[in-house]
Amino acid sequence: MPEPLLQVKDLTVTFPSTSGDVRAVRGVDYRVDEGEFLGIVGESGSGKSVSSLAVMGLLPTSARIEGDLRFRGQSLLGMTDRELSALRGDQISMIFQDPLSALTPVYTVGQQIEEALHLHHKGLRADSAHKRAVELLELVGIPGAERRLKAFPHEFSGGMRQRAMIAIAMANDPSLIIADEPTTALDVTIQAQVLEVLQTAKEVTGAAVVLITHDLGVVAGNVDRVAVMYAGKLVETSGVDEIFAAPHMPYTMGLLRSVPNMLTAGEQRLVPLEGRPPNLAKPLVGCPFAERCPAAVDRCRAEEPELEARFGDGRAVACHRAEEIAAGTLRPEDVFPRPEPEQREVAVREDAGPIVAAEGLVRHFPLYRGAVFRRVVGTVKAVDGVDFEVQPGQTLGLVGESGSGKSTTSLELMELVPPQSGSLVVAGKDVSTLDKKSRLALRKDVQIVFQDPMAAVDPRLPVGEIICEPLTVHKVPRQERDRRIGEMLELVGLEPEMADRYPHEFSGGQRQRIGIARALITEPKVLVLDEPVSALDVSVQAGVINLLEDLRDRLGLSYLFVAHDLAIVREIADTIAVMYLGRIVEYGPVAEVYEKARHPYTRALMSAVPVPDPVTERSRRRILLTGDQPSPTEDIPGCNFASRCPLLPLLDEERRGRCHGEDPTPVRHGASRVACHHVDSIDRLDTVDAAPQPSVTP
Amino acid sequence: MSTTPPADRAGDLAEDLEPTAGLARHQKRNRRRQEDKPYRPVSRSRLVLRRLRTKPNFWIGGVIVLLIVLFALFGDLINVYELNQADPYSFNSPPSAQHYFGTDAIGMDLYASMTEALRMSLLIGFLAAPLATLVAAFLGSLAGYLGGIFETLTNSLINLLLVLPVFYMLMIISPALATPETLPEWLQWIGFMPSWLLLVIAIGLFSWMIMAQIVKNQTKSLKEREYVKAARFMGVGTLAILRRHIIPNVASLLIIDAALGVAMAILAETSLSFFGLGIQAPAVSLGTLLQDGTGAAVSRPWLFVIPAGFLVALLTGVALVGDALRDAIDPTSEVNRA
Repeated sequence: MPEPLLQVKDLTVTFPSTSGDVRAVRGVDYRVDEGEFLGIVGESGSGKSVSSLAVMGLLPTSARIEGDLRFRGQSLLGMTDRELSALRGDQISMIFQDPLSALTPVYTVGQQIEEALHLHHKGLRADSAHKRAVELLELVGIPGAERRLKAFPHEFSGGMRQRAMIAIAMANDPSLIIADEPTTALDVTIQAQVLEVLQTAKEVTGAAVVLITHDLGVVAGNVDRVAVMYAGKLVETSGVDEIFAAPHMPYTMGLLRSVPNMLTAGEQRLVPLEGRPPNLAKPLVGCPFAERCPAAVDRCRAEEPELEARFGDGRAVACHRAEEIAAGTLRPEDVFPRPEPEQREVAVREDAGPIVAAEGLVRHFPLYRGAVFRRVVGTVKAVDGVDFEVQPGQTLGLVGESGSGKSTTSLELMELVPPQSGSLVVAGKDVSTLDKKSRLALRKDVQIVFQDPMAAVDPRLPVGEIICEPLTVHKVPRQERDRRIGEMLELVGLEPEMADRYPHEFSGGQRQRIGIARALITEPKVLVLDEPVSALDVSVQAGVINLLEDLRDRLGLSYLFVAHDLAIVREIADTIAVMYLGRIVEYGPVAEVYEKARHPYTRALMSAVPVPDPVTERSRRRILLTGDQPSPTEDIPGCNFASRCPLLPLLDEERRGRCHGEDPTPVRHGASRVACHHVDSIDRLDTVDAAPQPSVTP
Repeated sequence: MSTTPPADRAGDLAEDLEPTAGLARHQKRNRRRQEDKPYRPVSRSRLVLRRLRTKPNFWIGGVIVLLIVLFALFGDLINVYELNQADPYSFNSPPSAQHYFGTDAIGMDLYASMTEALRMSLLIGFLAAPLATLVAAFLGSLAGYLGGIFETLTNSLINLLLVLPVFYMLMIISPALATPETLPEWLQWIGFMPSWLLLVIAIGLFSWMIMAQIVKNQTKSLKEREYVKAARFMGVGTLAILRRHIIPNVASLLIIDAALGVAMAILAETSLSFFGLGIQAPAVSLGTLLQDGTGAAVSRPWLFVIPAGFLVALLTGVALVGDALRDAIDPTSEVNRA
């Protein structure tokens, strides 16, 4: 076996704290070979970032690091900071999660790339550094590199910043690139671009890449080998195909089964993986996963299993029951059985019209300039004429990239104030005719669940008071309120006794349930769900989505489900509306749109979503969108999407002219409405390799 | 230390650093209780009180403040000398069985002065500081929450009061207040207010500005939090949102401000007295005693050490109670400092 590029042996990282030492990493062994692509997967708090920061020597000095870290045979732990600095950025480089804070705002992007070059090549001349910087920026697919080098980070979009980070990381032809959640903060279309660039970087530099992520879809399509981390330890390592095909550790099984797959979602219920990781500040007895593991036996609770290569196929598993799993007597579907589908009996109300109907809804924000004399210098067209309907007992999924106006649309519904233009009818009442009293009464029927479970509930109120807050508005007597609190907590799967605890004592998923309980206490007709699961770990997502589905069917609720995750929308929604720059570009029944999307943007969006299945993922055709969403302040003649449209280059001159000249209006095709002039040509995207590749010049 | 029936939940909140374990224990206990009657949730105010009772700081501070208050109210019952009753046989005598706290240069009994001075200072300190904090909390959060023209107006008022030389203004106003007859008729009621009340208002009205600025800026960021938005979408009114969500979330600041404000007010009273607005001889306050005692700190230390000691004890007590209150309101306090 050749010498590994990076060898990590028995790495432990301990953070001393007043409530006891937090053992964030508890004995991790892995190796990275030259040119390998390793994915490290785990939930938040599993120690995956900490272990890679230890390799980089970037942990705070308070951390106690033990074990053996060798890079090409040199021990990293014994090195001084000066020696490490010579290695960092040259041989080993890192890409961080947040592209916003990873670049210094006061230097231009060019200066920062050139700095990386100068640091490790003392005699490098300024003009050759500049030339190299231009080359690098072109390599990561930023058009107009020469000009863009002079831009400051704030002039770059998130995706471009992350590309610049990759350019810096590959500047000195490193042999190891560590990418810590490089795409988590980005939209899925941008994520696809960035992953593509990361692959390019790997090819060009021949570096090994360690990709740290929580997203199994991202892992499936990119890496060669996967290491699953749980509670500070690796629990399973294996080739990517093997691990997805046959996970040998219940945690991996649960993780894989809980992830919604966009290609198959909607037909069956998600499998939740309940519970949360153990507190690493407390001593652990037995397998750390035993508490959440449905297959745990007495031995699991008494003795922690070691990560061992037991089967001679390069796979290593830390589970006492791995032999049974390998023999096929303990199958994933036995460990995590799929919950029975709840009989969908929609209790549709008598008045069977749509519960929410928006027509030509508009929300523009004026843009001001000047401190003393404020003047309007433009308008942000956040929502620019959208039509949608929410049917009783059904879910409308509203999807789009960030900045597409989907959240503004949902907030417009919550405000219940007359729209700037167009009409909005909620529960049979036109909101522009409401007076103060009837508006307050209508608020009972429309409630909202927010994205961030940390921010959505007041940290200083006990849970009971949080939940009954809507009732205090409607002057419900105390006794009745107290009774309803208990009811609601039970409804969302919590205990009534939890009412006098504070939010910080709950996990993210539980807090999201509290948010749902608060929304349901007024017995609303419509629930606006603004990215309700995007801040949760995958394992927890499934439980919340199942709960939402059950509640909808049992209580006859209607949902406006705002999300960027197309797999989850397919799972829960009946109708889908795809938004781009304040407009709905495609609107139709979920089955039809996912089966046969007619708008090029929908196609691109769907192809960008990674699927947690390496075999499918490798064979999928990806339509990469170029560039970023234009600013919503721009006045775009013709189709909003023309600047990024993958279909446009495939059309002839005359038809292209129509896209640039005429704004498409939604037209009915089948059961959907599509705002595109060339729906008939959409299938050309399948036949031609439409993805405009960044010009690779190695 | 505390007796907290029916269930000492606040107590085990303190030890529940790990929520899941806490919840499990919680459920077990409640399953037991469920058998007799349905569960009634507890309101925030009761929870805060429960938590407050478990804080040693609350009891220590509370006892200190209580003792000082009791001394101020009833201390003179065991003294033979009265306020301003000079003892011609003992000038400058150190504390003794006759004069518990000693006497000053003209034979005034310090013990008698202390009880009277404490009454005055406690009144001023405990009224003016909360008054300033209340004004700061109310105007600050309202300006931050409403924004727009109201914020601009509040900002102007704050800036105006900050740049105005308060003492000069008071110097100009105070002679007029001393002779209410000279005031225009619609203002005369001010002149007839007792001087301590005037002091409380003057101190309160000139010391809220900086805190209001801080509260205002905090409110602006809290306002964007989703739970505040959620409350708005439920139809909760502005004042209710301020009371339920904004103020409790800036409470830590406000409590510290109020606790420090007590000291500030007591000392400010001294300087105001100098301008003739405050306590005038023969009346005494902690401030006037301290002022008189400062010069004698080396030669006749009791004249300085005793009033200063009382002031320090009082402020320590107030700070301890404030600390406990802050921890009781902030549910994450144990977790953060555990």
